[in-house]
Amino acid sequence: MKELTVISGKGGTGKTSITASIASLAERRIVIDADVDAANLFLTLEHNLIETEQFQGGYKAKINPELCIGCKECFKRCQFDAIFEEITENIIPKLSKQKDEQIRDNRISPKFAIDPIACEGCGVCVHFCPTVAISFERQICGEKYISTTANGPMIHARLGIAEENSGLLVSQLRQKAREMAKEQKIPLIITDGPPGIGCPVIASISNADALLIVTEPTLSAIHDMKRVIKLGRQMNAPIYVCINKADLNKETSENIKEFCVLNNIKFAGEIPFDRAVVESMKMGKALVTYSDGAASKAVKEVWENVKLFMGDTMERVF
Amino acid sequence: MIVTVASGKGGTGKTTVAVNLAVTAAEAITRTETIKATQLVIAPENPENFVELIDCDVEEPNAHLFVKPQNVVKQEISTMVPAVDMALCTFCGECEKICRFSAITMIAKKIMIFPEMCHSCKGCVMVCPTGAIKEGARVLGSLLTGQSSHGFNLTWGELRVGEAMSPPLIKQVKKTITCGSGRSNSISEDINNKLSIVDAPPGTSCPAVTTLRGSDFALLVAEETPFGLNDLALTVEALKKLGVPMGIVINRADNDQKGIIDDYAEKENIEIMQRIPFSREAAKICSKGLLLVNELPEMKQCFKELYLKIVSRITQNAKESKYKKTSTKTATSSSDNSIVGRS
Repeated sequence: MKELTVISGKGGTGKTSITASIASLAERRIVIDADVDAANLFLTLEHNLIETEQFQGGYKAKINPELCIGCKECFKRCQFDAIFEEITENIIPKLSKQKDEQIRDNRISPKFAIDPIACEGCGVCVHFCPTVAISFERQICGEKYISTTANGPMIHARLGIAEENSGLLVSQLRQKAREMAKEQKIPLIITDGPPGIGCPVIASISNADALLIVTEPTLSAIHDMKRVIKLGRQMNAPIYVCINKADLNKETSENIKEFCVLNNIKFAGEIPFDRAVVESMKMGKALVTYSDGAASKAVKEVWENVKLFMGDTMERVF
Repeated sequence: MIVTVASGKGGTGKTTVAVNLAVTAAEAITRTETIKATQLVIAPENPENFVELIDCDVEEPNAHLFVKPQNVVKQEISTMVPAVDMALCTFCGECEKICRFSAITMIAKKIMIFPEMCHSCKGCVMVCPTGAIKEGARVLGSLLTGQSSHGFNLTWGELRVGEAMSPPLIKQVKKTITCGSGRSNSISEDINNKLSIVDAPPGTSCPAVTTLRGSDFALLVAEETPFGLNDLALTVEALKKLGVPMGIVINRADNDQKGIIDDYAEKENIEIMQRIPFSREAAKICSKGLLLVNELPEMKQCFKELYLKIVSRITQNAKESKYKKTSTKTATSSSDNSIVGRS
């Protein structure tokens, strides 16, 4: 079994459109949408949802105001500015000047509360709270899905709004895919990676057999591609590059090709700008199943090249 | 005031909008027009540094490619990770017990530290009974600042390749924001002095949320595709949770006809502030790292309109929130403020 991850560094270069197409071209495969906080693959790949599972992410602390004595232990220790004082005006309206005196005299105690968005779930406040006023519970941070598509399963997810642990979620999706691939003897896992170089990207590419980088002929995309190549090299994965919307700046596209040659990176092909890409997306279909135009043909060629390159890589033993 | 340019989907044109907006705002003529439009008096002590641009997309920062800043100063940014003084360690195992991230473990009579797993909560430092755990450092990346020839400063972060956690670096980059302290309830105080335009990373999880917290206004760059709409809706939900007011700018708009984004915006009652038309020429200009407002007169006009709309909208918000603050000091609004206000 082999794992191919599609990444780009810069967002919006066409990772998902290309992944949807190669996932439709590959005979039998599992496809994963690892861009969990802005998942799009399901919009462009016809599928049937068959399984939903909750994603348990990290822990979050919560202060019980009944038990809080306002000792500030948690407030002083939190490194994430997640704890704030909650002396609410409803307790002592218009008495702000007397407030401090009242606190001093222990007539009222300030209460503290935790901003769940800022809380990292480190549990330091829980440990140090003298009155055990802070509860610490694992959060449901999203949902994991398994769907069926024409040529194999699709594993995707939805991370809750403003939730954390995208890297953990990606790792779980890939783990699930590996188990399914083993059970059903599926030879290939294709992962649609997130943009950037941070934790969900690292989780998407670690132990992948090959990386397909989708770039475009812009200064930004090249800059970002170089950073993601550096990351890929740290992970020892073979890297292939393809250029999307290559004809928007032919000169820059040539420079990218030259860069690949000079850096010993396999060049998988270039895809012209084509309105059919957006049209296919609007129809909820993969480009190659919707259109037979220039971009569709180019993507097919890219896939042929990637297959050829991947044949060269050593079979990884799992 | 802090205006953050965001979008759920990558590549919709956040950086393009942010840099062109910054250049537009920094131009003296627009400053006079700003005063006219908003009846604001810009503090005379620093008219030169009215605008600053902050690129918080630390994983893949791009604003500097367009701004081409001069006199760049680079500073290394680290985060705390534990370092154990073995001479003092009694192998009590307290540090391992408190660590939620498996960054410090005890195997036989050995303490193992995995710096890349550490979230810098300092729990291990606090619980160690013998003071054996010192504060070490892990390099997150760099913080860079330079001057644009258009009369504003650009600050950006650059995450070290291989570093997984971008939020701690984003927080450091945000600390450089000179207007207010990123607290939304202070807009009325610093609105006259400074405009900080922040370029956010894509997505709706920690990096984007860390960037957006405490903004006075979020400008969402959307594209009229199903992906664009899906991710825009996710970002809108995140902003509602954060309590940040927002407006939409449609990039690469096909024509003046209303599309899926307009329908969504109407339903959600979010203002469409501008439509930036699609043209291959504009795409080519951006691909070369050039500024739209310098190359195309129609773009200059387009961004000027957008800028004035944003500024008057924020002024209006500030006036309203000031009114709200002085008239009705309800418990809910004050607790809302304190949540939103922490960055």
